[in-house]
Amino acid sequence: MIYMMSVMNKTIITVVGKDAVGIIARVCTYLAENKANILDISQTIVQEYFNMMMIVDVAKVNKPFEQMAGELAEIGLSMGVQVKCQREEIFDKMHRI
Amino acid sequence: MINIYEVLETNKMIEQENLDVRTITMGINLLDCADSDLERLCDKVYDKITRLAKDLVKTGEDISREYGIPIVNKRVSVTPVAMVGGAACHTPEDYVKVAHALDRAAREIGINFLGGYSAVVSKGMTRSDELLIRSIPQALAETERICSSVNVGSTKTGINMDAVRLMGETILRTAEYTKEQDSLGCAKLVVLCNAPDDNPFMAGAFHGVSEADAIINVGVSGPGVVKYALEQIRGASFEVLCETIKRTAFKITRVGQLVAQEASRRLGVPFGIIDLSLAPTPAVGDSVAEILEEIGLERAGAPGTTAALALLNDQVKKGGVMASSYVGGLSGAFIPVSEDQGMIEAVECGALTLEKLEAMTCVCSVGLDMIAVPGDTSAATLSGIIADEAAIGMVNQKTTAVRIIPVIGKTVGDTVEFGGLLGHAPVMPVNTFDCTAFVNRTGRIPAPIHSFKN
Repeated sequence: MIYMMSVMNKTIITVVGKDAVGIIARVCTYLAENKANILDISQTIVQEYFNMMMIVDVAKVNKPFEQMAGELAEIGLSMGVQVKCQREEIFDKMHRI
Repeated sequence: MINIYEVLETNKMIEQENLDVRTITMGINLLDCADSDLERLCDKVYDKITRLAKDLVKTGEDISREYGIPIVNKRVSVTPVAMVGGAACHTPEDYVKVAHALDRAAREIGINFLGGYSAVVSKGMTRSDELLIRSIPQALAETERICSSVNVGSTKTGINMDAVRLMGETILRTAEYTKEQDSLGCAKLVVLCNAPDDNPFMAGAFHGVSEADAIINVGVSGPGVVKYALEQIRGASFEVLCETIKRTAFKITRVGQLVAQEASRRLGVPFGIIDLSLAPTPAVGDSVAEILEEIGLERAGAPGTTAALALLNDQVKKGGVMASSYVGGLSGAFIPVSEDQGMIEAVECGALTLEKLEAMTCVCSVGLDMIAVPGDTSAATLSGIIADEAAIGMVNQKTTAVRIIPVIGKTVGDTVEFGGLLGHAPVMPVNTFDCTAFVNRTGRIPAPIHSFKN
């Protein structure tokens, strides 16, 4: 189990789905309750699908990564959208030299 | 900072284009397990593998979850067993006992394949090498997760034709031993020339003697990602084509590099290499043949296939070496027939023949791979095919391999089902003209001259 105790620990949260009413509020509430700091939010529509991305600092989150990812995925599921949590490095490595 | 389009691109590659890390393979040195007592040898081998690799599967799964990237296989490669078992094994059956110990260790740590039931005999065979080779049919029939490989030649030593002859017979016997399962044993047996010490891909993976005590090697994948990228630039010039493949290969390899470094750090085992191979799976859209079609061929096997594959292979390497400082293993495009839906279809419609596949192996890794042939193919013919492929590797200073399955009881027109990642294959016709007199000559083919290139 890896606990989020380091200085800055960026995680990318993506929300993809057809309908987004209230989903941002639910995700943000969860993040606030768990002391995750939202650094950036952006959103776009691709082929009628709502896409949202958050860059979140999870250094102060007192839960294992797996648990946080699982709970966010469940929130998504209950609202009919897909919520994914991934460490930032995979995007950084792929898109930055 | 990372923007939403980059995030969406990465996740699209993973979710829709089959981007994955094909394997994290831990190489483990077993030389220090050597013992003159067979039971003790088996115990030491089992203990060392289960000790060093006990967290391999869990670590792979953790990394996969945290980064959201599938890591398909977690595997182990070991020192060629012929080098480890020499003092304890006096019959082929003794080696089979070692195979069982390896199989038990593989099951205990939860990996699907363990490679290294191998012998390196590129110049000559020791008694223990020969005993191991003779034990292969029984070992592969009685175990579930063991992969075997034999290196029969190299650019520096030439080709050991005595070993080539023995391997033709061994493949046929392995097919007989596993005939109830469509000769599945042969899918776990590969004959190599210029085998690398750090290959993470099965069935040819073994932990070479030039390696450290334990090492993490990672094999990336992503034919689907390359194919999708090429769909966006249909009709463009070769320059644009090459640039697109390079960019895509770079991105794929960087993910592999990240996973390799994380696995190495978490397991406390040094990082070895990234293998840049484009490894297909039987899934639609995860096919090297489909990339060749996207480059402009009606089917893999059409005229132009060798050139298109040469280009693809070279660009994948050029993009990949920029993404990782340590590239090794096989590194190229794989063209296994049964594991690639596009290749299967090309064979079924008559576009792709064994001879064209042989030409394709001159410009890519690795060789004649996962090819089903009629069960009545003679051992001499199999040896002839192995010798041809080894000659291509020897002269061109590259790795070549033969993983061919003479399916007992089946003939041209039949289909073989191996299941899972091994896929299914149509039985392909083989040139039936005889080469027995050639194969029956003893000794070896000398190493080629390295000047006067033509």
